[in-house]
Amino acid sequence: MSNPRTLYEKIWDDHVVERRDDGTCLIYIDRHIIHEVTTPQAFEGLRATGRKLRRPDMTLAVPDHNVPTTTRIKDGKLLPIDDPESATQVATLKANCAAFGVEHIEMTAPEQGIVHVVGPEQGFTLPGTTVVCGDSHTATHGAFGALAFGIGTSEVEHVFATQTLLLKQSKPMEVRVEGSLGFSVAPKDVALAIIGEIGAAGGTGFVIEYTGSTMRDMSIEGRMTVCNMAIEGGARSGLVAPDDKTLAYFMGRPRAPKGAEWEMAAAYWRTLPSDPGATYARSVFIDATKIAPLVTWGTSPEDVAPITGVVPSPADFAEPSKQAAVEKALAYMGLTPGQRLEDVEVQDIFIGSCTNSRIEDLRAAAAVLKGRKLASNIRQALVVPGSGLVKLMAEDEGLDRIFIEAGFEWREPGCSACLGMNPDKVPSGERCASTSNRNFVGRQGPGARTHLVSPAMAAAAAVTGRLTDVRQLIG
Amino acid sequence: MDAFKTLTGTAIPFGQRNVDTDVIIPAEYLKSISRSGLGRGAFKTIRFNADGSENPEAIFNQPQYKGAPILIAGDNFGCGSSREHAAWALADLGVKAIIAPSYSDIFSGNAFKNGLLAVVLPQDAVDRLLEVATEAEITIDLENQVVTTPFQDRFSFEIDPFRKHCLMNGLDEIGITLQMGDNIAAYEATQKATKPWLSGKAGIERQG
Ligand code: SF4
Repeated sequence: MSNPRTLYEKIWDDHVVERRDDGTCLIYIDRHIIHEVTTPQAFEGLRATGRKLRRPDMTLAVPDHNVPTTTRIKDGKLLPIDDPESATQVATLKANCAAFGVEHIEMTAPEQGIVHVVGPEQGFTLPGTTVVCGDSHTATHGAFGALAFGIGTSEVEHVFATQTLLLKQSKPMEVRVEGSLGFSVAPKDVALAIIGEIGAAGGTGFVIEYTGSTMRDMSIEGRMTVCNMAIEGGARSGLVAPDDKTLAYFMGRPRAPKGAEWEMAAAYWRTLPSDPGATYARSVFIDATKIAPLVTWGTSPEDVAPITGVVPSPADFAEPSKQAAVEKALAYMGLTPGQRLEDVEVQDIFIGSCTNSRIEDLRAAAAVLKGRKLASNIRQALVVPGSGLVKLMAEDEGLDRIFIEAGFEWREPGCSACLGMNPDKVPSGERCASTSNRNFVGRQGPGARTHLVSPAMAAAAAVTGRLTDVRQLIG
Repeated sequence: MDAFKTLTGTAIPFGQRNVDTDVIIPAEYLKSISRSGLGRGAFKTIRFNADGSENPEAIFNQPQYKGAPILIAGDNFGCGSSREHAAWALADLGVKAIIAPSYSDIFSGNAFKNGLLAVVLPQDAVDRLLEVATEAEITIDLENQVVTTPFQDRFSFEIDPFRKHCLMNGLDEIGITLQMGDNIAAYEATQKATKPWLSGKAGIERQG
């Protein structure tokens, strides 16, 4: 018998093309998802060196980062993208895909959406595969037991040319989450609670495997939210072992295996979960029963507190460098120590991003908004579905009506205000309750102040005009 | 790529921790389709005021640090997004090496691939270098893996031997990997036999 191995180690071992003396491995990449922002320079590199794209069939392109989320087709005609640079990037992606034989999902196709929503939805992402994309939230695909991580443009070019990457194996880390989540506590709160516990750099050098009853009981969408934010805890990848729910998710997806190949694949996927007795280099335990709806108050995702709490003071932190960081963060965020988080007024609401733009997220927000209206101080409230297919499903369920009646704008899919590369930005000095994954300085636009929350919490803030404990609105 | 052997020069005593890639290069600069010219957006929120004027207080704008080849930063430098523009922007700014207690994994990979040396030193060594940088040049000797100052400071650092080899010889990583083309083809053949569902419609056949 071989040694007991973790899920991560199994996937790793199955993808080693060559192991060097120094421990660096040439790792085969099964799935490469590309978008318009991090690829032009990689295609430029291929051209400059006269290299070919090795596996176009393992590459899928979809524009998402800077596509407009306003109406795209009017009177049967595609509207041009206003921003000339965005238009150039989107057009460049399309032209490059045509030149190198890569399948490209058009901006107007119903399948278009955020890379990390589209990949699994299309059955392109599969359990046990290595998945890369030039976006750090590629960790999202780990929810299916895929080893997925973000890469930079040089690596995109390396995968284009060789379908491999040179990597050092990370150490496996276990984050075990046990217990039932309280009323209105969402997977997003689990994700934030974990980062609050381990810190924004706590997972650096590790690949996290999320285990425990909370993760097993969690929906596929919820697992995606948790894995999505692995990178915010410093880990390049987060994983959840594939189980019956995972298999049920892929059954019948357009690019998933069919017939005999499905049986073969499913049998393989069932061998992937960590062996009993496999060891992790680090283990962290999270008691899910103690997690409350959370909100960030600072400019790092580790700056997190229960909504019932108050803004901390720099003095609450032991480390001098963290004290200084907190002081700066509070100045940027316009918050004072001791201020009740529930008293913090917001002007903008963003429901979207690859963290929380799937159907379950939209349902959770709509459940809070049903029969309610935006507070008068809300200047802009956006719902941006993760893909065209999510949007259609939501419209079938009538969720769009609920959002629109509440006063939200129902938009076309894309990254939108998650990073403000398209016109969807939070104006300087304004405060946004956002379901995205980053509250960095300027992330949602220069001077924008971001509070990361779950979809239900974003909806609650929309109704009251301030950060709000969703449990007081519904129950 | 330029070979990196020894570098002596001014170091910017920046020192901030958790500097994310949005600070290094804001998202608005990600719209380029080429690699050069990004230095103008590097550390924009620090270097410039809201009205677009230069902030003379910012360390990057102080005349003695303009164009300096070394940047000293704090813990977890380059956290955040995977944008390689961060490395291109630093290179375009003239930075050739960074010294910090730690980096995000993605950033250190991107730095290396663009010929930027990311030196890891413990916080106390970094603190000392931050002090020295205000009055003297710093030397990074990659071959001997040591950072020295004119005041007899000597801090050894670790670096992955492969990265060191590539940096010292200015080698292109893709070219090195392509030399292993046979191994990659052999892996693909096995994969096709054991996991046929992984090939797309056109599969390996199309590649001939
Ligand atoms: S939604 Fe945000 S985090 Fe997700 S892929 Fe788009 S930009 Fe990246």
